Amino acid sequence: MKRRETLKTITLSSLGLAGLNPQVAEADKLMLPDEPVKVPGGRQKFEAIRDAKLKLDKFFTPHELQTVTILADIIIPADSKSGSASQAGVPAFIEFMMKDQPRMQTPMRGGLRWLDNQCTKRYGKPFALCPKTQQIEMVDMIAYPEQAKPEVSQGVAFFNMMRGFVATGFFTSKMGIEDIGYKGNTPNNWEGVPEDVLKQYGLSYDG
Amino acid sequence: MNDFQIKKAAKVYDVAIVGSGAGGGMAAYTLSKAGANVVLLEAGGYYDPKDPKYITQLKWPYESPRRGAGTTRPFGDFDAAWGGWEIEGEPYTSKPGTEFHWFRSRMLGGRTNHWGRISLRFGPDDFKRKSLTGIGEDWPIGYDDVSPYYDRVDKLIGVFGSKENIRNEPDGIFLPPPRPRLHELMLKKAAKGLNIPVIPSRLSILTKPINEERGQCFYCAQCGRACQVYADFSSSSVLVIPALKTGKVTLINNAMVREVTTDQNTGKASGVSYVDTVSMKEMSVQAKVVVLAASACESARLLLNSKSQRFPNGLANSSNVIGKYLNDSTGASRGAFVPALMDRKRYNEDGVGGMHVFTPWWLDNSKLDFPRGYHIEYWGGMGMPAYGFGWGIEGLNGKIPGRDGKPKPAGGYGASLKDDFRRFYGAYVGMAGRGEPVPLESNYCEIDPNTVDKYGIPVLRFHYKWSDYEVKQAKHMQDTFEEIIHSMGGIALGNKPTAENNYGLEAPGKIIHEVGTVRMGSDPKTSALNKFQQAHDVKNLFVVDAGAFPSQGDKNVTWTILACSMRTSEYITDQVKQNNL
Repeated sequence: MKRRETLKTITLSSLGLAGLNPQVAEADKLMLPDEPVKVPGGRQKFEAIRDAKLKLDKFFTPHELQTVTILADIIIPADSKSGSASQAGVPAFIEFMMKDQPRMQTPMRGGLRWLDNQCTKRYGKPFALCPKTQQIEMVDMIAYPEQAKPEVSQGVAFFNMMRGFVATGFFTSKMGIEDIGYKGNTPNNWEGVPEDVLKQYGLSYDG
Repeated sequence: MNDFQIKKAAKVYDVAIVGSGAGGGMAAYTLSKAGANVVLLEAGGYYDPKDPKYITQLKWPYESPRRGAGTTRPFGDFDAAWGGWEIEGEPYTSKPGTEFHWFRSRMLGGRTNHWGRISLRFGPDDFKRKSLTGIGEDWPIGYDDVSPYYDRVDKLIGVFGSKENIRNEPDGIFLPPPRPRLHELMLKKAAKGLNIPVIPSRLSILTKPINEERGQCFYCAQCGRACQVYADFSSSSVLVIPALKTGKVTLINNAMVREVTTDQNTGKASGVSYVDTVSMKEMSVQAKVVVLAASACESARLLLNSKSQRFPNGLANSSNVIGKYLNDSTGASRGAFVPALMDRKRYNEDGVGGMHVFTPWWLDNSKLDFPRGYHIEYWGGMGMPAYGFGWGIEGLNGKIPGRDGKPKPAGGYGASLKDDFRRFYGAYVGMAGRGEPVPLESNYCEIDPNTVDKYGIPVLRFHYKWSDYEVKQAKHMQDTFEEIIHSMGGIALGNKPTAENNYGLEAPGKIIHEVGTVRMGSDPKTSALNKFQQAHDVKNLFVVDAGAFPSQGDKNVTWTILACSMRTSEYITDQVKQNNL
């Protein structure tokens, strides 16, 4: 097969719908009773049914979701290059992961409770209701593992987990992928490292 | 309707093949092209990498609500393999104090749909380990027996690589290899200073077109998702689907084979019985020749479960060797951060699926404290962000000065953290050793006396422990990894694995290269198959998966499965012509 034909053979389904989430679309249809689950491309039937069920379920309370959203935007705020974690849909991703991998539920829910309890002791209010300066003061106590006091070690563990979720959620979103500058996932012809980059690193393909 | 009534098809096929992976696909292809009427039974569903129903290639992480996490598929939502180490309703067990993890892929093409496409030939020494070292086992055949078939597999399926003239790493008939990526050039330079060779990898990916049916690689790095233009080798796209086009192959999907049936008078195999996993009906087919290619452990299970008056301890098992000498590749790995790669210029460096360079085994085991070698695989670069991106940065960013050159505390949040992710992107590399284990009689699978799967088929129970040979090999891997990392100015990530955790040696089964359970040999007392992978005890019964292999070298075995299956299939055709079966 010639290269041009190869590229023609690549189906529209794999190229055209990059901006949409077919699984979200399919799960939404499930809201209609008795509608059979339509299996999106690339999924097995049991996976499609499972995903659809998870979407209908709810994990976070409104208060928890609010706390998660505030933390997410503290961890990845908007800057001159891209938006914030919540603008990239990170809280919804974390919500889904709690249902998808239930072993994460207790560390997450418990961690949020730990945070609220600390804030109530220190400031008389749960984290989400504290003013920004107190929120940052609290986060500063748990965001730097090597400097944190031993009595907040559980908070450090929670914040590490949160940082991981937020980073993954943000940089696997459309916004985050553009931000990080990933250029692939598209048909192309690999001809090697660009000449200027080779030069920059003092490397070559000869010898 | 009585569900237990076995529905017997009236037709007698020339050959029944169980399993559609590398071994079964090649057998179906070769035998159907030779004119045989073949029935091909596959436990899983139909799969074609180019059908949009199945395509995951070129999808973005945000097209998965879990961003590709491995919740229902061990290698993530976009991986082509259905199944995994755990399949609902299909358990296996292990003896106390031992472990084995059994990866099964229930689908047309089996595990070939997602594998790394690493296509290495065994070298002459790999067939003769016992003669050379006094431990392990020799094959009843040597490199010269298999070499013509390797050549034909190279031409039929396609593999890229480079001529290197390394004695135990035979060159093949290669397509041009892709140029190394930036980090691979750096690894190569670093390893060269340590006298560790780094050469172009050998992968079955079409960097040039080889026929009208298959396309050419378009460099998306996603072979693990199976290629919709058939530019990589999957048994589904490259062997089974072309075999179906001959009109000589009847494919039965969702056929979980229960037993090989036998004629108690002649002692010959008469076909197989199976469960239709959709209707749950008991079915059977008849054939003049039975070829097992269900995967090493599944073929052993099938034979051990095929008990009869004439074959009380399982079919073709007068040696009692079936299930024994199970062995998987060793595996250990290490990641690193390369400060020189920070703040990289962005460009598309996806390349082919997997590494463009690797390190073949380069040392002499007679001068080391372990008897078998390993090769090293590499990764790194500006890949597509996936689930797990950014986790654990608190373990690294405290070691790297900020843009102002001043140290920063580890962890953190906010604009400065966001900037760290950008700066660190594409600056990670990793390496993994894949080594040859010594096959031991004490590592085996057997039928669990107490447990059945949801079809009522008795399941496997494993007994597997690494020996000192493999642990010492893993230690050597870890030392080598650190040398390479330091030589390229990298920071090794995490703590160096120690004796306490077997030097990071992966648990048996985790590398998914298991072989040896129905091994071939010259002596019927210590082997189940002869040198044509024909059962010593049952002349019309063959095994063409890696169960037949007495050992596995430090070479991923797929290319050898393909070559040996082609060889056995031609032997079958020849023996049928001579009326010997």
